Amino acid sequence: MRLTCPLCGPRDRREFYYSGTEDYLNRPPEGASIEAWDDMLHLRTNPAGVTKDLWYHETGCGSWLLVTRNTVTHAVLATELVAARKGGAA
Amino acid sequence: MRYSGWKVITEGLLGNTGWGRAWRDPAPKAEYDAIVIGGGGHGLATAYYLAKNHGLTNIAVLEKGYLGSGNIGRNTTIVRANYFLPGNSEFYSHSLKLWEKLEGELNYNVMHSQRGHIILFHSDGQRDAAVRRGNAIVNQGDDAELLSVAQLKDMLPYLDYNQTRFPIYGGLIQRRAGTARHDAVAWGYARAADKLGVDLIQNCEVTGIDTVDGKVVGVQTTRGPIRAKKVGMVVAGRSSQVAAMAGMRLPIESHVLQAFVTEGLKPVIDHVVSYGMGHFYISQSDKGGLVFGGDIDMYSSYASRGNLPMVEHVMEAGMTLMPMLARARVLRSWGGIMDMTPDGSPIIDKTHIDGLFVDAGWNYGGFKAAPASGWCMAHLMATGQSHEVARRFRLDRFRTGHVMDEEGTGSQHNLH
Repeated sequence: MRLTCPLCGPRDRREFYYSGTEDYLNRPPEGASIEAWDDMLHLRTNPAGVTKDLWYHETGCGSWLLVTRNTVTHAVLATELVAARKGGAA
Repeated sequence: MRYSGWKVITEGLLGNTGWGRAWRDPAPKAEYDAIVIGGGGHGLATAYYLAKNHGLTNIAVLEKGYLGSGNIGRNTTIVRANYFLPGNSEFYSHSLKLWEKLEGELNYNVMHSQRGHIILFHSDGQRDAAVRRGNAIVNQGDDAELLSVAQLKDMLPYLDYNQTRFPIYGGLIQRRAGTARHDAVAWGYARAADKLGVDLIQNCEVTGIDTVDGKVVGVQTTRGPIRAKKVGMVVAGRSSQVAAMAGMRLPIESHVLQAFVTEGLKPVIDHVVSYGMGHFYISQSDKGGLVFGGDIDMYSSYASRGNLPMVEHVMEAGMTLMPMLARARVLRSWGGIMDMTPDGSPIIDKTHIDGLFVDAGWNYGGFKAAPASGWCMAHLMATGQSHEVARRFRLDRFRTGHVMDEEGTGSQHNLH
């Protein structure tokens, strides 16, 4: 599997560290309920199909990527910089 | 029909014409007292113990493919009870005791072989951890024994004792641990459950879970609706999809774990050996193939096949430990879909829906757990109470902070 880093181009999967789903970007506000934190940290939709997850370009440029993938076929559909999203990094 | 040595001889003389089917192939009834979704090792064990221990025989197992088509036939067949944490320790201890009586109980040869499982350690710190783990296992009532390098050299002469990067400092052996024939476990439970009257319904995919006023009333399937007041979801690998039918989000992320087998060789590896530094484990099947595996591929997947970086990593780890492996040819590799939880421990619990139960999140330790998982899930479904050895496998433990992180790696699903 290869991921296309928006800054570095297509790179081998081994350059990246998988951190988990995009749920980690939806951090609850201060004072949020335990349930909201549980939802962000532990509970997962876990689709058999298209998913979005966070990858860190560990041995490349060091940026965080939001990758759209298919978990059944391993096809990589899109990659974007987390920092380039509206609101920037979480 | 009872299987026995005598039966093998008489059938041999009669041309093997009298064996017959091992279980029936019934059509689903309109209603059962209880339904188990999932005809894998855990689901079939659950059905068997519901019938055997609790007298519930008007029950069905619904399997979307064929019996034992999931992870029960895709693992590295290791059976052990060398866990450390309270909650895990007594559960796997219970499971190992069930394994030791399984063949007699099921009248089925599951080829359970207590050949001993050795975890190697490679530093003073790992030795301390092994001593502590060994003491916890002994306190639980199971066996654990520390092995010196001299003892290891005698037992496992093929290890590379001269490497300087990860030198071998010793090992922790559990002599009662070992392996079993994985498919046979599913078949044995299936046959025994069928004999007690359980309907095993194959090619029957559950497509919906029906509830009324917060209570489960039945399921929708590809073979029509089936009513039941108790439904157990025992579908590790697809837990999130089935639970979603009941409006649930589980603390599970699916990952692929690869396994490998070589061509058949003469007996060379007499035990199950785990590499404490490389996350590599190996044993030799009765057919002669070296069966081995390593870590998950580390990113969420439902592909039932892995990627090459982990193949390379596993081969490297194996070669570092056992240079002789270079001469063996890998016959095939495959992947299984693991329910990974944020603490690496499983879930056997009720849900927010009355009568709906969940048995999931086995990470990559589900095979050895199958007997106790079935035992405890059956207890929960029949009595409404958690079995005492599974009482910490709660669905809400991540919210309440009662996690059981055996490896101490943190609350990320892929780190266990």
